[in-house]
Amino acid sequence: MNDSEKHNMEEVRLMKGNEAVAHAAIRCGCDGYFGYPITPQSEIMETLMEQEPWNTTGMVVLQAESETSSINMVYGAAGCGKKAMTSSSSPGISLMQEGISYLAGAELPCVIVNVMRGGPGLGTIQPSQADYYQTVKGGGHGDYKMITLAPASVQEMADHTVLAFDLAFKYRVTAMVLADGVIGQMMEKVVLPPFKPRWTENEIRQISPWATLGKPATREPNIINSLRLEASDMEELNLRLQGRYREIENNEVLFEEFSVKDAEYVIVAFGTTARVCQKAVEMARAEGIKAGLLRPITLYPFPTVEISNLANKIKGMLTVEMSAGQMVDDVRLAVNGRIPVEFFGRMGGIVPSPDEVLHALKTKIIHR
Amino acid sequence: MTTNDIINPANLVYAKTKVMNDVPMHYCPGCSHGVVHKIIAEIIEEMDMQEKTIGIAPVGCAVFAYKYLDIDWQQAAHGRAPALATAVKRLLPDRLVFTYQGDGDLAAIGTAETIHAANRGENIAIIFINNGIYGMTGGQMAPTTLEGMKSSTSPNGRTVPLNGHPLDITKLLAQLKGTCYVTRQSVHTIAAVRKAKKAIQKAFENSMDNKGTSVVEIVSTCNAGWKMTPEAANDWMVENMFPAYPLGDLKDL
Ligand SMILES: Cc1ncc(C[n+]2csc(CCOP(=O)(O)OP(=O)(O)O)c2C)c(N)n1
Ligand code: SF4
Ligand SMILES: [Mg+2]
Repeated sequence: MNDSEKHNMEEVRLMKGNEAVAHAAIRCGCDGYFGYPITPQSEIMETLMEQEPWNTTGMVVLQAESETSSINMVYGAAGCGKKAMTSSSSPGISLMQEGISYLAGAELPCVIVNVMRGGPGLGTIQPSQADYYQTVKGGGHGDYKMITLAPASVQEMADHTVLAFDLAFKYRVTAMVLADGVIGQMMEKVVLPPFKPRWTENEIRQISPWATLGKPATREPNIINSLRLEASDMEELNLRLQGRYREIENNEVLFEEFSVKDAEYVIVAFGTTARVCQKAVEMARAEGIKAGLLRPITLYPFPTVEISNLANKIKGMLTVEMSAGQMVDDVRLAVNGRIPVEFFGRMGGIVPSPDEVLHALKTKIIHR
Repeated sequence: MTTNDIINPANLVYAKTKVMNDVPMHYCPGCSHGVVHKIIAEIIEEMDMQEKTIGIAPVGCAVFAYKYLDIDWQQAAHGRAPALATAVKRLLPDRLVFTYQGDGDLAAIGTAETIHAANRGENIAIIFINNGIYGMTGGQMAPTTLEGMKSSTSPNGRTVPLNGHPLDITKLLAQLKGTCYVTRQSVHTIAAVRKAKKAIQKAFENSMDNKGTSVVEIVSTCNAGWKMTPEAANDWMVENMFPAYPLGDLKDL
């Protein structure tokens, strides 16, 4: 097999979730990565620097002076119609919020990976899911949404990186891969995607006619901008964004079910927690309890309709998160009081055990 | 002689550059911003770079720079223009990339982005409008506000114990190995405008020759913020700003 054949093939490797993000980014034709080190995701930039993609695909990789700078570099690159990304962990993502809001206002597509750690504050480098609110409810100012993908395996770290770019460009929005420290750090087998060439400038002009590549005499200037001083202009932009968000909600919901068909009780969990809960469901089934698991893969758009439909068929739901309970709000909104919805979670970087989850299911839902 | 005899190409001594749009400017009469815009537009036309230039506009009075120059623009968050320019130039290395920033934008909220872009030697030109005040937000104190100078947040004049020293960021940038050309100019006289234009042209050429970061500070007036007539503002600048921010090249490699 020659090099170019190898190039076009998927490749099976054993690696960390963070490394999978880096390899997937290079392979899917990412043009630029800009980042600032923070545990537990520094391997993303470290892997990129080791791979030196500027010598192969021509991808730019740059260590910025702060997350403020890296998100604004992403804005600059995205404004040129380039596939740009950054990654960080919770405190760094907090620092990026102004930039994220600007990206939304300027309708720029980009990818952000957040490998969440425990907070508030400097917190802990241990895993967490406590940035759910920040990610799906806002975080930055103004009415905007980010497509949010929640990987539960190293494979999904790679797949979601690729998918995030596709969705970001489909809707001109930020797509965030919202992982937790466990997924970032653990090693698993992963099938890496085949190499896709980076877009040429001509392709960019076709795909993103708004990109600032320099103004030919034949067109008006392209201006990347979120400023709308007139209230009516500001509302018009907001209405356009909201229209796009409704489209996303209608078209892009992803979730996975595990023994839900005949279930009387369903656990809702994402990321690492979903893996723990799957084990808890297996244990419950072994005891004769008809339990199931619904794992949202997209946190925004949220599988509201699916959860609402489930509420007509089952007796109760338990939401499990590595937080004080954030996604549970969206589950409750979907259920709208028809059946009991309770929450179980651990904080501070503690991953709940399957035993704890099963116990919570019994005490909070089944024998409430 | 009829009007048409006068409007004759042979009689043309001056024409507005086509890179400048035919729209009224929002700048106060007498403000330096408009003059600097015009010379940038002229240089872009003279260098034949209209199709290859990406400007990065700040947050400040020049936030609308994109309305006035007929080129592609990105409007940055307050202070972040050098970060945007870094990415644009790295991804489009054969383009002319410049930032246009005020003193609050460049030397307060964006200090880190400015210093690090310059220290990395990004092949960009930074045009820095130092008017010693926050024009856009109504005349608050800037990092470059002089000692004793009044602003809405230093109503009795800037004092060092309360506000610290005025920041000569251009001098600081000249110390960095990544800068190739650092100069301080003004646009208060015809002669000064000509010199400032040469300086900006050199900065743009450096960007295209990948020589590193060029910084052109324009010591400017904000007559509205300073609460002076345009003429008085020019005089005040010569008397007070120039001693603190002396004109001339700080570095030219
Ligand atoms: C994050 C953020 N903080 C504050 C502001 C408000 N603001 C807008 S312009 C400005 C100062 C502009 O001053 P300068 O950069 O000197 O530009 P000038 O208007 O004097 O040309 C400030 C503080 C903002 N837009 N964004
Ligand atoms: S406020 Fe000052 S800087 Fe702004 S346009 Fe008026 S004179 Fe110029
Ligand atoms: Mg100013």
